[in-house]
Formats: sequence, structure tokens, C-alpha cells
Amino acid sequence: MEFLSDIASLINSTLRISTPLVFAAMAGIFAERSGVIDFSLEGKMLMAAFVAAVGSYYLGNPWLGLLLAIIVCVCLSMLHGFASVTHKGDQVVSCVAINILIIGLTTALAAAWFGQAGLTPTLNEDQRFLEIHLPFADALRDIPVIGTLYSDILSGHYVFVYLAYLSVPLVFWIVFKTSFGLRLRAVGENPSAVDTAGINVFTMRYKALAINGVLIAFAGAHLSTAVNANFFREMSAGRGYLALAAMIFGKWHPKTALIACLLFGFTDALQIRLQGVELPAIGEIPVQLIQALPYILTVVLLAGFVGKAIAPNAIGQPYIKER
Amino acid sequence: MSNIVVDKSKVPWWVSNVIVPLVNLTLALLVSGLFVFIAGENPIEAVKLIIYGSFGYIQGFAYTLYYTTNFIFTGLAFAVAFHCRLFNIGGEGQAYIGGLGVFLVAINLSFLPVPIVWLLAIFGAFLFGAAWAYIPAYLQSKRGSHVVITTIMFNFIASSLMIFLLVDVIRDTNQMAPHTVKLPEEIWLPSFEAFSGILGIKIRYSPLNLTFLLAIASLFFVWFLVWKTKWGYEMRAVGHNTQAAIYAGISPHKNIIIAMCISGGLAGLLGVNEILGVSHKIQAGFPAGYGFTGIAVALMGRNHPIGILPAAFLFGILYQGGSEVTFEMPNITRYMFVAVQGLIILFSGALENLFRPQIESFFVRRLNREVNL
Repeated sequence: MEFLSDIASLINSTLRISTPLVFAAMAGIFAERSGVIDFSLEGKMLMAAFVAAVGSYYLGNPWLGLLLAIIVCVCLSMLHGFASVTHKGDQVVSCVAINILIIGLTTALAAAWFGQAGLTPTLNEDQRFLEIHLPFADALRDIPVIGTLYSDILSGHYVFVYLAYLSVPLVFWIVFKTSFGLRLRAVGENPSAVDTAGINVFTMRYKALAINGVLIAFAGAHLSTAVNANFFREMSAGRGYLALAAMIFGKWHPKTALIACLLFGFTDALQIRLQGVELPAIGEIPVQLIQALPYILTVVLLAGFVGKAIAPNAIGQPYIKER
Repeated sequence: MSNIVVDKSKVPWWVSNVIVPLVNLTLALLVSGLFVFIAGENPIEAVKLIIYGSFGYIQGFAYTLYYTTNFIFTGLAFAVAFHCRLFNIGGEGQAYIGGLGVFLVAINLSFLPVPIVWLLAIFGAFLFGAAWAYIPAYLQSKRGSHVVITTIMFNFIASSLMIFLLVDVIRDTNQMAPHTVKLPEEIWLPSFEAFSGILGIKIRYSPLNLTFLLAIASLFFVWFLVWKTKWGYEMRAVGHNTQAAIYAGISPHKNIIIAMCISGGLAGLLGVNEILGVSHKIQAGFPAGYGFTGIAVALMGRNHPIGILPAAFLFGILYQGGSEVTFEMPNITRYMFVAVQGLIILFSGALENLFRPQIESFFVRRLNREVNL
């Protein structure tokens, strides 16, 4: 019985830990399917976390904090677009610039405004998102299997967890079942053909980046106003890159990207549980090795030991309209 | 969107390589001033403090040159890989592992004659840094894993590995803090005070040491390697047009590996300055962001040693002057200067073409008018 509840709590934390990765991977799909590389997911997630925490601290409502985070992230996406779509600057350089800018800016502003090195004030219950307990969760808990599944795994998550998993079918529908999605994918594969068909390549890429900004804001707000009650320095901790790796491993497809995100989430949940545990035959694994597991997994997955990933054809290339 | 068409052959070299980068730098610094203002301080006062802190007194200037040393290494590291179109943003991890190389060589071979220990330690730094860059290079070339993600991951992994080593394997067991024992004093690199003492000038402590000359030598080494050797030509050919390079019989795989290894090795040399020159032991997290700053240095210096030297010096000024600012202005922390780096990368890297057509056409028109008169 204890084993079963262990598994339940492991699945529960996998779902929670994967949430920001899922949002970020979905955001990445929009940018990269349109032909724009987005390594700046990391920086945007960090900025969203900062803005959401500061916003809901001052405005007293986490939804307003989220709204501000969305606005700021869309602006950052537009900046990336301005540099790499309009001015045809190097997309990777633009992303690296945004990431470094935001690591510095968030910490510097937190220190200047709140006097603590890279910390924002702790949010109270009104200023942050709380866990949602689904109806009858307590009543059904004692029923075997169904009770565990419903009360311990499905219930008791933050709103973002549910939204993240709902976003996956939505993204799938937009990208693969609508005419907008068809154009989006075409712009990433063969922009000149799309241009010939009378569709503006630049507008399409800006639209994709705008959706990207909205989605990534949710990931950041989840970190600072739901699972934590404040922002702290570099709290995104490489999640933007992990999500990007998950997206590549998932071949730029929402369903497979989701599986890769869950795999990362599971590794992370497992590493928290493994710390300090004596394994039979091996003994205690050094905590640093366990902490590095998600990063090592990223390298292994990216190396494509499970099949080669094929990127959208026009990725990373600025579109130059012929005269 | 600009529709100005400029005949590139008519643009003088100093317009595209001096005027345009200076305009971009000015833009970045103007926006930085805005951030300082948002943080609640006076940007003009901050500039005065930066200039005083980095030039105002000899100790401050020595610190400026010490930072310059680090930025030359990491800037060159990024630039070499960039000529092969590889974004090595793993300088941080490669420098960390390079530091391990310096320390292991120096502590185990300290019985050898001192100059030989130095040479071997420099070699060790290069080798360890190169080895840490080798795996991402291999994965990029053989498996197509994007080098940006793998090098970032290798930064995280290097950090975990080094903390593990510092806590469990090579820690100075007489101390609680995770750092190693100090290297024997005879093999420390001579510091700037020692030199100035010979000349009769007495100054207070500064971390500037002989490694500065190694950094200057590295500038020549990279210039020679990239622009004057067959391999440098091949590497740039792969970076410029991989398909054409393959057609010409150049192996992209070989060149990607060599470019990344040299890049990682140069980043590793940071360890020589920090460990053989300054702290004489490995401390947790000693690369302290120098690896990332190297990206800004290289992009500002247009990936050429002649540009990297002034760019590294400028960042030396920003770092040393910046510490003066953080000392005097409570609202400014050193992270403000991380943000400034981001802005410099943005304006001199990604947005480098923002005003280029306007500036170039302005000068072309002016110069032509002079000729016609």
C-alpha cells in the first residue's frame, strides 16, 4: 500500500514539475514551426516569473500578475522578431542577448526595488494561485485505485497544471487542423512558396511569436506565483533549454513533445526522491550526480539515440523578399 | 524595414568596422542608462564612478587589466568557434574544467622547475577545456544536436561535477568551505606588484599577473591560426558554406571538432589567470560569468583579435568601474552589468544592421560628394 502511494505521489509531482516545460515546449513549437529559432524561452520564462511575482505583489491579484507577464513576454517575443525577422539579425545571437539581459535585469531590479539580492517579497494567499481541489476528492479518497487516481493524482494541482495539459490538444488542433496552422508550418518549411501564394511571411512569423510569448508567460507565472510564493534569482534553472530539447526530441510535434516533457518531469521528480537514498548494491549516489540527471538526459536525448530529429526546413534563416 | 541599397564596395572599412559598432555600443549604453534610472540612480553619476574606478588610481587600473585578461580568453574562445558558425556558449563550463586542469598539473608536478610547471599547467588548462568542448562538438557534427543546448547543459554538468569534486574528492579537509588547498607559493605566477616593486613603484594588492601577457600572446595565436593557416581557411570555409566546403574536399566534421576544441581550450586558459595567478586554489563557481561575457566581447569585437582587445578592455572597465558603482550606489548590484552585457550583445550582435544601411549610405554619399567637388 505504501508502494502505491509512493507511485501516486511520484506521478503527482511529475505532472506538477512538467507543467512549465509543457508550456515552454508548446511556445517553442509555434516559434520554430514558423522558422524562428527560440532559445530565449529560458529568458522569457524568467522574466514572466519576475513580472508575475512583482505584478501580483503590487496589484494583489495573481491573475493581474499573469496578465502583466503575458504583456511583457509578448513584447520580448516582438523584440526577438524585430531583431531576427525584420532586421534579419542572427536568431541565436538575439536569443542569447535576451537571456543574458534578463538574468541581469530581473536580479538587478529585484535588488533595487526590494533590497534583497534577487528576491521579491513573499506573496500571501490572495496574491498567489492556490491548489485546486476537485469536487468530492476527499470523499472518494478511500476507494481503491479510482480514489488514488482521482484524489491523489488528478486533484490538488495549481490551475496552470490543468491549463498546460489542456494546451497540448489545443496547440495540436491549431497547428495541424486549421488554415492558420497550415500557413504557419508552410512559412517554416518554404517561406518563398508561401510568399508566392500571397501570404505575408513576416506577419505570420510575428503572429507565431506573439502566441509564443503568451504561452511562455504561463510557465513563468507557474514558477513564481503558484509552486513558489516569490521570485528568486535564476529560478528558471535551465527549464527553457530543457523544454526546447524536449520539443526537438518530440520532433516539433505537440504530442511527442508532451511525452518528452513528462520524461524530464519524471527524471526531476525521481531525482528529488533519490537524494540521500541508499540504493542496493550501488550505495548512496552523490547528490550532485542526481541533480545533474535532467541535464545529462537532455544531452542524451538530443544526441538522438532514439531517432533523428528533422527540423523545419527554413529554421534559423531570415526571409529575404526578392525584388 | 529599410529599402536603402548600398554598394558594399564603396563603403570605407572604417565606416563598417569602427563607426557602426560605435553607434551600436552607444545605443546599448543609452538603454543601460535608462535601466540605471529605473533602478533609482543617476546614470551620469554612475558613468563618473565607472571612469574613476577603472582609471582613477593605479590599483583600480590594475584590476581593469586583470578583468581584461579574462575577457580576452573567453572572447577569443567564442570568436574561434563562431568562425566555424558554432555558438560555443559553454565557455563557463570549459573554464571551470580548465581550472581543474591547471590545479591538477600544478599540484602534482610542483617538484619540476618552475617555468616548466607553468608551461605544463597552461597546457593542462588548454587540454581540459578542450576536452570539455569535444563532446558537444562531436554530438553537433555526428548527431546534429544543437551546440547551444549541449554546451549550456555541459555548463550545468560541469558545475555539478566540480561541486562534487570540491566537496568529496579534492577539498581542503582542514576547511569547511568547498575549496582546495593552496598551491605551493614558489609556483604562483608573478603578480603585478612584484614587477612594479622592481621598478620602484609600490602599490597595494591587485590580482593582475603574468597571465596578461599570455592573453596578449593568445590574440596573436588566434589571428595567425584563423587567418594565416590552411586550417583556419578550411574552418572559415565550413562556417561560411558547409556544402561548398564539402565540395572542395574539406571535412566539416574535422573542422568542427578542432574549432570547438581550440575554443574550449582558450576558455580553459581562464583557469591559468584565476588559479595560477590569483586565488591559487579552486573555489566553487570561480568562472563567475566570465564565460558568458566572452560572447559580448567577441560580438562587439566583430570576432577579430584586433576588435576583441578593445572590447575586452571595455568590459574590464565596466567590471572594475562597476564594482566601484555597486560600492557607492546601494540600488545597483553587479547584476546590472550582466544586463548591460545583454544589451551590448543585442545591439552589436542581433541588431547590428539596425542603422547600418543608413550610416553606410550617409558616408558613401558624403565621400562621393567630396570626390565630385
